[in-house]
Amino acid sequence: MSTETPKAEVYLGKTDYKVIGTRPIRHDGADKVTGKAIYTADFKLPGMLHGAILRSPHPHANIKSIDTSAAEAMDGVMAVITAADMPGLKDKNASLGEGSVNLLDLGSNVLAHGKVLYRGHAVAAVAAKSVHIAQEALKHIVVEYEELPAVTWVLDAMKDDAPILLDRVRTDDMGEMSESPTNISKHIRFEKGNIEDGFSQCDIVIEKEFRTETVHQGYIEPHASVASWNEDGHLKIWTATQGSFTARQQTAELLELPVSKVTVTPCEIGGGFGGKIAVYTQPVAAMLSQKSGRPVKVTMQRNEVFEGTGPTPGSYMKVKIGATNDGKLVAGEAWLAYDAGAFPGGVIGPGCMCVFSCYEFEHAKVDGYDVLVNKPKTQAYRAPGSTHVAFAVETIVDEIAEKLEMDPIDFRLQNAAKEGTVRVDGLKYPRIGLIETLEALKNSDHYQSKLEGPNKGRGLGCGFWFNIGLKSSVTATVNSDGMVSLIEGSTDIGGTRTSIAMQFAETLGIPAEDVIPKVADTDSIGYTDVTGGSRVTFSTGLAAYKCALDIQDQLRARAADLWECEPENVTIEEGVYSHNGDSMTFKELADKACKVGDPVAGSATVSPDCFTNGFAAHLADVEVDPETGKVTILRYTAVQDAGKAIHPSYVEGQMQGGAVQGIGWTLNEEYFYDDKGTMKNASFLDYRMPTCLDVPMIETIIVEVPNPDHPYGVRGVGEPPICPPPGAIANAIYHATGQRMTELPISPPKLWKAISEK
Amino acid sequence: MAKKQVVTSNINGEEVEFLCKPQQSLLEVLRDELDLTGAKEGCNNGNCGACTVMLDGHPVNSCLVLAVEAEGAEITTVESISQGGELHPLQQCFLEDAALQCGICTPGFLVAAKALLEKNPDATEHEIRFNLANNLCRCTGYDKIVKAVQDCQTRTKEAVSQ
Repeated sequence: MSTETPKAEVYLGKTDYKVIGTRPIRHDGADKVTGKAIYTADFKLPGMLHGAILRSPHPHANIKSIDTSAAEAMDGVMAVITAADMPGLKDKNASLGEGSVNLLDLGSNVLAHGKVLYRGHAVAAVAAKSVHIAQEALKHIVVEYEELPAVTWVLDAMKDDAPILLDRVRTDDMGEMSESPTNISKHIRFEKGNIEDGFSQCDIVIEKEFRTETVHQGYIEPHASVASWNEDGHLKIWTATQGSFTARQQTAELLELPVSKVTVTPCEIGGGFGGKIAVYTQPVAAMLSQKSGRPVKVTMQRNEVFEGTGPTPGSYMKVKIGATNDGKLVAGEAWLAYDAGAFPGGVIGPGCMCVFSCYEFEHAKVDGYDVLVNKPKTQAYRAPGSTHVAFAVETIVDEIAEKLEMDPIDFRLQNAAKEGTVRVDGLKYPRIGLIETLEALKNSDHYQSKLEGPNKGRGLGCGFWFNIGLKSSVTATVNSDGMVSLIEGSTDIGGTRTSIAMQFAETLGIPAEDVIPKVADTDSIGYTDVTGGSRVTFSTGLAAYKCALDIQDQLRARAADLWECEPENVTIEEGVYSHNGDSMTFKELADKACKVGDPVAGSATVSPDCFTNGFAAHLADVEVDPETGKVTILRYTAVQDAGKAIHPSYVEGQMQGGAVQGIGWTLNEEYFYDDKGTMKNASFLDYRMPTCLDVPMIETIIVEVPNPDHPYGVRGVGEPPICPPPGAIANAIYHATGQRMTELPISPPKLWKAISEK
Repeated sequence: MAKKQVVTSNINGEEVEFLCKPQQSLLEVLRDELDLTGAKEGCNNGNCGACTVMLDGHPVNSCLVLAVEAEGAEITTVESISQGGELHPLQQCFLEDAALQCGICTPGFLVAAKALLEKNPDATEHEIRFNLANNLCRCTGYDKIVKAVQDCQTRTKEAVSQ
């Protein structure tokens, strides 16, 4: 029973959920199991042309000249563009919700301006009557390059004599700008306590160096866009994007259009994991459409996805951690260098904030460097920057626990971050659930079971991601049959239509199946930030909750009209509206309200500026083949605090999917470069992501410590589960072989060498 | 460029005549000429399985088959799995078990899993994993896909025994 709208941001403490916590079939399910769902590559327009992009064969070169005349003269070629066709780029930052981007860098990444900075860098593009003609035409574009020395390893790029990628880059050294050009675009420092004092109090101090290689998000759908630039100056884009509004803004800024002149319709999206936020194909398709006067589709090939779109950085990390003999972590120090790819603005910031995020350290210091190298511009990849540091810290924490002869879970429990813990970057945690997560793992069948036999080992790892809020909008319309159409701006990458609809249904007291969720284009719904940062079920869910309250208030007023009473005298329980012995179900009231009086439509917008703080702990059992160095995962358990699991199957799915991406990162995946800076494995066959034969079932335990800043206690869940696997598996490998592996991936040749040289 | 050729195939139970150039793949013709966009292009070189269709009773990567090779062949695609307005039990199990997230790999998995179950209804977990190893999924970690196939096995057995 409720008579007034509760404050949206406060946890309501409900326990008797009717919809939340159940497992309904997702609303877009039938479309997706029958092949009917429309992804961007499936979409076509009358008269549509096909585009193709010419890419640099060199990792670093000046462009002396581009001659497109032969390509333009070909039969069936309708337009050719280069950077010269782009409006002059401005050296200004555009806010993109989750971070910001410099437009000069963004535009130069979309089409190279005078210089190519990585192999695969886009140089020119063609629109033609067929994709085959377009691809043939690329061969007739003559580009004269002046090759330059390239650098792909982050520490090499930091040296004084390193080849400089961009003459305009200066080091932002904690606010002070360096004078001469450099590849180090930023130096960040966070400090807490006094690091020297901290280490002087320690009985045991361990310092190690770590290295990780570049890995890709690996979504199965290549980037694709269809653009149609109309004669009235209005640009329409259908695209695979994690954020239709950020795609609109980036494209509008680059093409010097007002945002309202660009409509972005998000098609179904075949995976993103952070890699489909920056624009690549959208402005190219738009420019080709403008020049040809026809709609144009641009779809990437797989090698273009690997070589031309954002991977996550390679890194070098030196981490030192100290503890006392009674098992208390006291001091932590980290020196982190992440490559940013070819343009400034990688993921070093979150790396620095996450490095000591799981534990209580009285003294900590972190130095982080954002470094340009001749690789594709890095982008977010699931908890961007956090997985790297979790690998380093969890390895050292495991070693300290072992040296102190303490159980690895008990040691972590004793030091776990909790409500009130102040992170190294100064943030103080509200109620968080790492302790409960570790306790659940400790009590699990997996942890309680024994692992016996030679070459086998068990390892534990923890991980953290902030989980953001940001802006979301929803609108809803009550239909006469008692069902409700729910329009939202969050592109649905993994079932969020349903997790949003369920919160809406729970609030109104109707079944999830009575909500018809739809993801709308940028003209049809209020501004909504990206599907990223594990924010959608939290933030767009919060908007859906508030929108449901809006609808409920309207229906209450309509019921009051019918019963000739004051709205506050109408009581509502589980979707039944009552007054003085009279009552109507939601469906009955909807029918009446639709027949008489104004239509019932609601809306809500939110912009929660809080973090929902997600923690995960994983346990891995491995067997190492000493003959080959191959690691087999025998058993794997993922535990995570979800706050409240709205649809538990999809929460488990995030935990399992993140774990397996982490397993791939740990054991096999890497960009393999030759000494000329050429990626030698730009195909799925050679990049070798895990197949279903490579992994076991991933056991899951959902912990629910409610988020105090959400009515149903929701925390983001998508990102934390990729963080623990490298630490957990590396620790398991140590316990199987006695070797501490400090470089990712722990591929068979590397591990075999380490075992053989023992 | 070479001229188009006429090819006749049986696609999803219907005799279909189409024109194609010698360099066009079966996947390209299915998607762009015949509007059967259920098969997806993830890699265009046989590495991801998103374009899996049945060709004369065998699951194949349609991106590796030339369209001209389909002359006289019997082809079935994901569009034919549901029949008479009803989802196939495998599709139903994928939905109930939440075996898809973004859904781009799902058509390929469904075609490959259906082929496996028709050939080997009692496939073990290892056999399921072995036979689906041609299909990449980046979202689910495969757990729920394998379970959906196993649940479909149970459901089919229950239907037979009733």
